[in-house]
This record gives sequence, structure tokens and C-alpha cells, in this order.
Amino acid sequence: MSDTFQLDGQPVVFESGQTVMQAALAAGHYIPHLCYHPEFKPHGSCKLCTVKVNGRTAASCTMPAEAGLEVESDSEELNALRRTLVQMLFADGNHFCPSCEKSGNCILQALGYDLEVHSAGFRHQFPDRPLDASHPDILLDFNRCILCELCVNASAEVDGKHVFALAGRGNSKHLIVNAESGLLKDTDIALTDKAMSVCPVGVIIKKGVGFSTPIGERRYDQRPISEQALDDAPRLPSGEAHD
Amino acid sequence: MVHEAVSPSPRFLEPKDLSLLQQVLGHHANDSTKLLQILREVQEHLGFIPNAAVSFIAEALDIPRNRIESVASFYSFLHLRSQGTYRVLFSDNITDRMLGSQTLMERMCQQLWLQPGKVSEDGLLSIGTTSCTGMCDQGPAMLVNERAITKLTHQRIQEIGQLIRNRTPLNDWPADFFYVEDNIHRAGLILGNTMAYGEALQAGLTLGGAAIVDVVKRSGLRGRGGAGYPTGLKWEACRNAKGNQHYVVCNADEGEPGTFKDRVLLTRQADLVFEGMTLCALAVGAKQGFLYLRGEYRYLLDHLKGVLQRRRESNLLGVDILGQSGFDFDIEIHLGAGAYICGEESALIESLEGERGVPRNRPPFPVTQGYLQQPTALDNVETFCQAALAIHMGADKYSAIGTSKSTGSKLISVSGDCPRPGIYEYPFGVSVQEILNDCGAVNTRAVQISGPSGICIGEHEFGRKLGFEDLPTAGAFMVFDDSRDMFEVARNFVHFFAHESCGFCTPCRVGTSMLKQTMDKIAAGQGTHYDLAEVENLDHVLQTTSHCGLGRTACNPVLHTLKHFRPAYESRLKSLSFKPAFDLDGALARARQMTGRDDAGAHLKENE
Ligand SMILES: Cc1cc2nc3c(=O)[nH]c(=O)nc-3n(C[C@H](O)[C@H](O)[C@H](O)COP(=O)(O)O)c2cc1C
Ligand code: SF4
Ligand code: SF4
Ligand code: FES
Repeated sequence: MSDTFQLDGQPVVFESGQTVMQAALAAGHYIPHLCYHPEFKPHGSCKLCTVKVNGRTAASCTMPAEAGLEVESDSEELNALRRTLVQMLFADGNHFCPSCEKSGNCILQALGYDLEVHSAGFRHQFPDRPLDASHPDILLDFNRCILCELCVNASAEVDGKHVFALAGRGNSKHLIVNAESGLLKDTDIALTDKAMSVCPVGVIIKKGVGFSTPIGERRYDQRPISEQALDDAPRLPSGEAHD
Repeated sequence: MVHEAVSPSPRFLEPKDLSLLQQVLGHHANDSTKLLQILREVQEHLGFIPNAAVSFIAEALDIPRNRIESVASFYSFLHLRSQGTYRVLFSDNITDRMLGSQTLMERMCQQLWLQPGKVSEDGLLSIGTTSCTGMCDQGPAMLVNERAITKLTHQRIQEIGQLIRNRTPLNDWPADFFYVEDNIHRAGLILGNTMAYGEALQAGLTLGGAAIVDVVKRSGLRGRGGAGYPTGLKWEACRNAKGNQHYVVCNADEGEPGTFKDRVLLTRQADLVFEGMTLCALAVGAKQGFLYLRGEYRYLLDHLKGVLQRRRESNLLGVDILGQSGFDFDIEIHLGAGAYICGEESALIESLEGERGVPRNRPPFPVTQGYLQQPTALDNVETFCQAALAIHMGADKYSAIGTSKSTGSKLISVSGDCPRPGIYEYPFGVSVQEILNDCGAVNTRAVQISGPSGICIGEHEFGRKLGFEDLPTAGAFMVFDDSRDMFEVARNFVHFFAHESCGFCTPCRVGTSMLKQTMDKIAAGQGTHYDLAEVENLDHVLQTTSHCGLGRTACNPVLHTLKHFRPAYESRLKSLSFKPAFDLDGALARARQMTGRDDAGAHLKENE
């Protein structure tokens, strides 16, 4: 069964079971998002996808689409909120983009550019988060983790392992691995794992291939994320490609 | 935050510890939805959850070990490394502070040669703070290994220090340390009820499930846990929801600072609470109920279990209740472990399932997909009491009490600056001034209604009335007289929210801790008008994008006090419009501490 809702004044056709985000992307409309990944159940934590529905704010990635909704997304008010959220994430971790292997392929950075985040906005927290370089092929740089839980879900649902989990509460929440030693080398992670490829930022890094694509020639160096997200995203809620 | 990469705990468990683990696991039938209960019980015996125990439990439950670490590290009262044989936590609500808790804690630290938050070198003890323990009418209070001790004085602190030094087992400490008073100053509908056990239930059985829902709807009863949702509608939705099982859950997490009425209800009216839950079970068709009891109220567990057992023996619980064939229902008690967020209904359900207490995405709501994704009716302790009375009295008689939109009575937990703190039960519609008069408060400057997430009102608003029409409340009523600094009140509340944020969503995880830093900066005399503007910016993001009520209300204390008591902030501000948070002199504090110096030469002069 299909129905429609309005997104920034344009009709969007959706199928029952889709969220506002899923329907919008499938119909070729971009709503900024960070923790949402088309192949996984929406997490709803980053709140970058916040929209206004009938006057009230809600995360569009988790909000079920309903006929007749009036959704506002691309407004100055909402983009200002998104900018603030991006600033908060930058201030919360240690993001030194110029020296980061993920630079140019990083969704947080790409959103920063696309949303025109020009200043720090907040006091940087400079948390102390030691790296885990124990594994011969993989480096974990916790400084950049935005706690989106994608690696946790990918490892559990796709890889059938439980390499990652989130621990702690509030501002001391952090990523841990599944080993009595607490070290990645003692887990069963493999380079071919789905968990290796889902991190939107630069936490889970393959060793030995660093900077093989020069900065400046990477994905979001070419075209802004708002255009590219639509290439990845149009899928049915089941995760299959949309035709 | 330093990651706990390698735990220093013993790698091997002693044979007696192993048999204890097996016993606890066996008691819970190796069921991973009971993980939180298992971890609590293991800790009660071992003092903490050693690394080797984590591996052992993981294997027994067939779950990854990082799930156990993930769950354990979410709850303030669970420890993956030793916090000492005696874990002393001072309740850190503003009302405890007003009664001198900070000095008491400093004294105790001095007496025992200890720094707050650190474990003593001999592993004997640690001293720290914890969010409000619900003893505001008899503070300052503390928890020692999660047992509540009230009415702390210098003398009592000394005695406790001595008992710890002598390694006296907690069970041998003087019983009066653990005595908790009810302090009921005004009884009404609930606290004055004279029903016999089972009387309301009998009335409900005569009515039947559909009619119960109807009575509760017509009674006008609205939830007493804060949100004020109409209880009858909730029960009806749950009754109509399809599922393999239906569940009834009682929210006894009572984490809102300044609230302690559920504690008194569970002490004095446990039968009425369970009776309300049983009536709800009849209405929605549930066979299993849970009472989620906050860890701070662990001392009530034996009493509550005793009441449940007596009710089973009187056929008020169990199979074919009161002879009604097919009406089977029983109640299990789950303990929390120090997490305010677990009072939020969907986080509570996650916690009941043995997970981290993170609020779910809603919809779906608990009435259709709650505990184990089944229809669940979840209500506050007081709501179940009110419902039992409404069913017993009938909708018309009940709805005549209170006001038209707020029917029935409300229990108020009064604390702070007044000679008679405690529990007061009023029909809805009572004014703030009336309560102030009854508790004997004088020179009152402000009242914090419904806790930090509620609202702070000043003198000119004391004519306002409690009720859903005007001042909705979950029950907290903290009184501040004109000697109090309202900035410090707000700062205490802001620290509370930062400490209790579950960390799931960006705005609250980052925003509450930034807000805390800004308030500390202002407190240190480093604040500027720029910081006040930042507070307003943070507020907007928190209110509009947070995932749950915690983040959405976390700015309230600052906004409300700014509105009424702006001078308390402005008097602390620097005249500059911007002042970097980095404080050169402050950065030397650590060096001063290490060298034991605090003379003028050890400080940098400030040049503006
Ligand atoms: C952060 C937060 C904490 C809460 N804490 C409690 C609590 O301790 N006790 C409670 O009954 N409700 C609490 N609530 C409200 C519950 O989510 C829920 O609305 C309530 O328990 C429903 O019961 P009622 O309809 O009987 O009020 C809290 C809500 C939030 C957002
Ligand atoms: S490591 Fe990456 S994918 Fe995993 S939680 Fe952190 S940011 Fe998300
Ligand atoms: S608002 Fe705070 S408590 Fe609620 S989900 Fe977000 S981080 Fe957790
Ligand atoms: S994309 Fe929706 S909350 Fe992150």
C-alpha cells in the first residue's frame, strides 16, 4: 500500500513500514543524517536528521511515515540545530582532520562542510582516549568515535560476532571490544567483516593502506554529501536496492 | 575518561566464589534477561564483579562478555573493579547539601585519610557521592554498600569511620543508623484509607476487566509519575493490544531528586500498591507483573517480599485469585542499580530485560510493545494506589475529589527549609502557600516543584495550585528560604542531569556536560554574558532534539532560576563579554596539590 506525505512542500510517496527518512531518500529527497545507515535498523541517536512534523521536532530516521504528515526539513531553523549538533560532536571528541586517515571519506566532516559549520562553537573537551594498536592489521582510534553503534550492530547482525559494544554512561560512554584483555588483537575480528566498513568517522582503520588515496581525491572531496547520500540510500526498508 | 583496558582484578575465582556464582546463576535459571539481577547479586557477595566472574557469567548465559561489561558499566552501583570493602556514598541532592553533607564528607575523608572517589590503599573503603537517595526529609543521608543511613551528624560520621576501621560487618552496626522514618504529616484518601486487604480486588472481580477500565476512565485518574497520562486510556489500549502475554509493571524507580512519596507508600501501603497492580492485571489480562524498585530502596526488599508472600497465602496473588478460576497473576521484584534514567518507562523496560537503561525509540509505545515486545501497562506506584481506591469507591465518588481536570489526591514530598519536612497528602488544587503554611516554612524565596525536571517558582507565584491545569507535579516540593543561593541550587541540578544522562543521544550526552562546565565556570567567577548566551543556545538544542524527557528538561533549572533570580548569576559574571574557559592559574592546581603549596607565590596573578 502506498500513500504520501509532504516534505518541504513536495509530495513523497511511501510504503507502510518506512520511516520518514527511508521514504524521503527512496524518493530522491535528501535529509541530513549521520547515524542512519540504509542497511541497518535506524538508531536515532545523532539527531542530525531532526525535522519538524506538524510543528513538533522529531528524528526523521525513526519516525514512521504517515499519510498527510507535513514535514519541514530544509529550513534555516533546522539547519542551525544541525550545525550546533555537528559542533557538539566535533567538540566532544578529538577530531584533527588534517592528520586523519578518514579525511575526505568521513561523513561527520562532509556534513560539517555541507552544513557550513565555520566555527568551533563550543569549548573542545580534549578527552583522553588512548588508541588500541594491538591488532596487526587494524587500528582503533577512539578519539573520533561518535557512538553511533553501527559497528556494534554490523558485527552482531551481519558478521555474527560481537566484537564491539558500548560501555559506560553519559559523557563517559565509550566503545569496548570483546576480549578479557580489552584489546582488539584478542577478538575474532577479520578484515572482511562488515564492521570494518560501516564506521562513518575514522575509528576503525585498516593498517598499511593509509593515505593510498591522497587527500583531495577522496569521496567527499569530489561532490558534497547531500548529493552522494542519495546514491547509496534509495533502498527498501528490507535493505534491497530500489529499482 | 580513562578506559579500563586491563582490569587488575584476580584472574581466577576461588572455589567458594565459583559455587556462589553457580548458585546465583542457577537461581535465575541462566536467563540472560535477568542479567542485571545476576550482576547485583554477585556484587552483593563479592563486593564487585571481577573480570574472571564476567567471563564465567558470559559463558554460563551464552552471551558475549562485552555485553556484561556494557550493562555493568551503565549502572552507578555496579563495579567492574573493587571500590573497597565499604563503599560510602553521600547523597548529593541540594537538600542534603543544605543540611551540611559536604562538610560531613570532607570530615570523613580527613578522618580516614582519603580522597573522594579514590579507593583507600588497603582496599578498605571509598567515599563518593551519589544522586538523591530519597531521604530528603531526614538527611543528610548516605549509602554504605547500598544500605541507607539517615540523619548524619558529625558524631555519626565518626562512629561510622570507627566501625569501618574496625572492619565491623554492616549487619553489626547499630540498628538505629538504618532507621528510616515515614514522617507522614497529612493523610488523605490513600494514607488514611481503612480498606481491608483484598477489598478493592473483590470489588474489581465483581466488575470484571472491561468495567474496571471503564471506572478508571470515568474516574478521571491521571498518572502520578510525572507525565499525567490518563490511566484508563492506557489500560484500555493495553487490554486491546494483541500479544502472547500481557504485563503489568510498577515504576518504583523514584529517582527525581526531592521525591520520596513512593518510598513511604511501599513502606506503609504495599498491599494497596499490589492490589492496584492486580486490578490492572485483571483489566489488561496479564499473568505476570514486575515491581521495579530503585537500588537505593534495597532495604525495603525483604518487607515487600514478605507482603507478596502473605498475599499469595491469602489467595490475593497466585492461581485462581479469590477463587476466580483462570485469574492467575504474580509479581516479581526487580532491583535497579543507580540510574535515574531507568525511571523513564521504556528505559525501565530495557533494564527489566537485563539491558542498559536506554530509552527506546517510540512509537511503538509500551502498551503495545513493552516488556519482551509484549503489551505492557506501566504505571507509577501512587497511580496503582489511586486506581485501587477509585475502583473501590466508584468513579463518581472518586472524581468528586480534587479539581475537574485533576481528580483524586496527591502525595507531596516536602523537604528543604521548613521545620516539618515529610509527606503531605492533599486533594489536587491545593495552593503552594497552603503547603508552605502546613510545613511551617517562613521567609521562603523559592519552591522547586516536581524536582529538577520540574519548575522553580518565586514568591509572587505561591498562590498557584497543584494540578494538571496549573502546576503539574510528580510530588517533589523543595523549599528554599531567603538565605539560599539559587544559582547554587541550579548548579546542583545541572550536575545531576549530566551525571544521569544515559549518553544515547548527542544533544543530551554532550549538552548536559557542557552545561555543567559552563555553570562551574560561572561559579568560579570566570563566567561572562557570552556564557549566559551559550546556556540559552544549549537549551534550545536540548529541548528540541533530545531523545527523551531527561534531555528535554535538563535546562529547566537554569532557565527558571535565570528568569527569577538573574542577579544571582550576574553578580558572578566578569564584565568582559568573553573569557576563555582555560584558566592559567587553575591549571596549576594539580601542581600546587602535589607540592602541598597554596601560598601567594604558587598562584599566578591575574591581569585583565
Ligand atoms: C528521565 C525520566 C525519569 C522518570 N522517572 C520516573 C520515576 O522515577 N517514576 C515514575 O513513576 N515515572 C518516572 N518517569 C515517567 C515515566 O516515563 C512514565 O511516564 C510513568 O512511570 C508512567 O506512569 P504513570 O502514568 O502512572 O505516571 C520518568 C520520565 C523521565 C523522562
Ligand atoms: S567506532 Fe565508528 S561505527 Fe562504531 S560506534 Fe564509533 S563512530 Fe560508530
Ligand atoms: S535525552 Fe539524555 S537520557 Fe534521554 S536518551 Fe538522550 S542521552 Fe539518554
Ligand atoms: S540520522 Fe536520525 S538520529 Fe542519527
